[in-house]
Amino acid sequence: MRVTLTVNGSQRTADDVWEGESLLFVLRERLALPGSKNACEQGECGSCTVLLDDVPVCACLVAAGQAAHRRVVTVEGLAPRGELGPVQQAFLEAGAVQCGFCTPGLIVQVHDLLRRTAGAGLPPPGDADIREALAGNLCRCTGYEKILDAVRLAASRLPVMP
Amino acid sequence: MTTRHPPGSPGSAAVEFLRPRSLSQALAAKAELQDALPIAGGTDVMVEINFGKRRPAALLDLTGVRELRGWQRDGALLRVGSGVTYTRLEAELAGLLPGLAMAARTVGSPQIRNRGTIGGNLGAASPAGDCHPVLLAAGAAVEAGSVRGARLIPADAFFLGPKRSALADDELITAVLVPPAPGPQQFAKVGTRNAMVIAVCSFALELRPGAGVGTGIGSAGPTPLRARDAEDFLAAELAGSGLWESREPLPGAVARRFGELAAAAARPVDDVRGSAAYRRHALSVLARRALGWAWDSYRKEGHLCG
Repeated sequence: MRVTLTVNGSQRTADDVWEGESLLFVLRERLALPGSKNACEQGECGSCTVLLDDVPVCACLVAAGQAAHRRVVTVEGLAPRGELGPVQQAFLEAGAVQCGFCTPGLIVQVHDLLRRTAGAGLPPPGDADIREALAGNLCRCTGYEKILDAVRLAASRLPVMP
Repeated sequence: MTTRHPPGSPGSAAVEFLRPRSLSQALAAKAELQDALPIAGGTDVMVEINFGKRRPAALLDLTGVRELRGWQRDGALLRVGSGVTYTRLEAELAGLLPGLAMAARTVGSPQIRNRGTIGGNLGAASPAGDCHPVLLAAGAAVEAGSVRGARLIPADAFFLGPKRSALADDELITAVLVPPAPGPQQFAKVGTRNAMVIAVCSFALELRPGAGVGTGIGSAGPTPLRARDAEDFLAAELAGSGLWESREPLPGAVARRFGELAAAAARPVDDVRGSAAYRRHALSVLARRALGWAWDSYRKEGHLCG
């Protein structure tokens, strides 16, 4: 089947999509957007987190047809090409990236946390909020401490978040 | 570039993808293609497809059906559409159905809760589904719709076995009908961490001041279960000792006996998540603690009112 959707602000069309295929497969294999990572394929690891109509979801659990005519933002869409978004910048500065496999999902999830926090006019998230927001993003390298540092750093710059 | 095969797809016959835009279209599609597998959040269905464990003749996408997505008051009851996500249960129903909000809060991760729905939880009919004990404890009914009409299935008649429900092949879960909590509700769950955990066992409790109590046990039997002996025992104790009126502290022996009776109602098995013996023991503790928390809330409410 043909699936047309908006990805990172552009309308995209994928053809010959298998009806049981996931949004993640469409993004990576048909639309050449490999930022969202494919690991567990069961929603356990969060490395495929994308925004679907502004809501973070595991792209591996969205059927491609369910994303038709909806808006998807992947990690590639969070900053202009060649530039870093504020969350990416904070991850770099804090040394929160080791092998990097979980990083795209974390970047999307943290972006959502900070955007929602700022949008609601709330103070920067505390550690409990951060841990809760990231409960579905597994990292097997860092032990999470540097990731928490990165989120705190990005959160401390909240007023300049888009 | 060689396009990889999507997970689970190689050699498979085409699956139809149906996108009804209204409830009547969805029910018509289900009547026509009874093998069609409903999909909402995809948090169960897509796992099975990704791993090649299931190859339905058709996927019936319910996310475009507006009628399923809301909740509202329906007379004395609340009508919660089957497409309401865990995130919304947690955010919007914490006041009216606190036990359901607590249970929703324990599901998966934020990403999973943003997608998974109460209807999908019921449809999968897993003995470990987190909504189920609360729906049993609250005396909820599942509304099943079809082109033949709608019928209500009491929650305690809905689950027939592991992943089997009373839903007919041409029916879709359209809503859950449940009274707003008449008193404190509690939900407690044992797992290896606070997120991304399928319950080792779980317990839900509802206090109905002056009227009785409801219970639900999860992940400790072939289906979610009520602990009827525990309900009867506690109801008799609370009424017989005038505790509803006095709001005195609950005698420790009553709470312990309630826990024992709850554990006795379970029919657990040994599996990868825990042993039957551990589940039974944990249930007695969960039930006793849930009762303690709920009774404390009831006593505090009394102070606020008094």
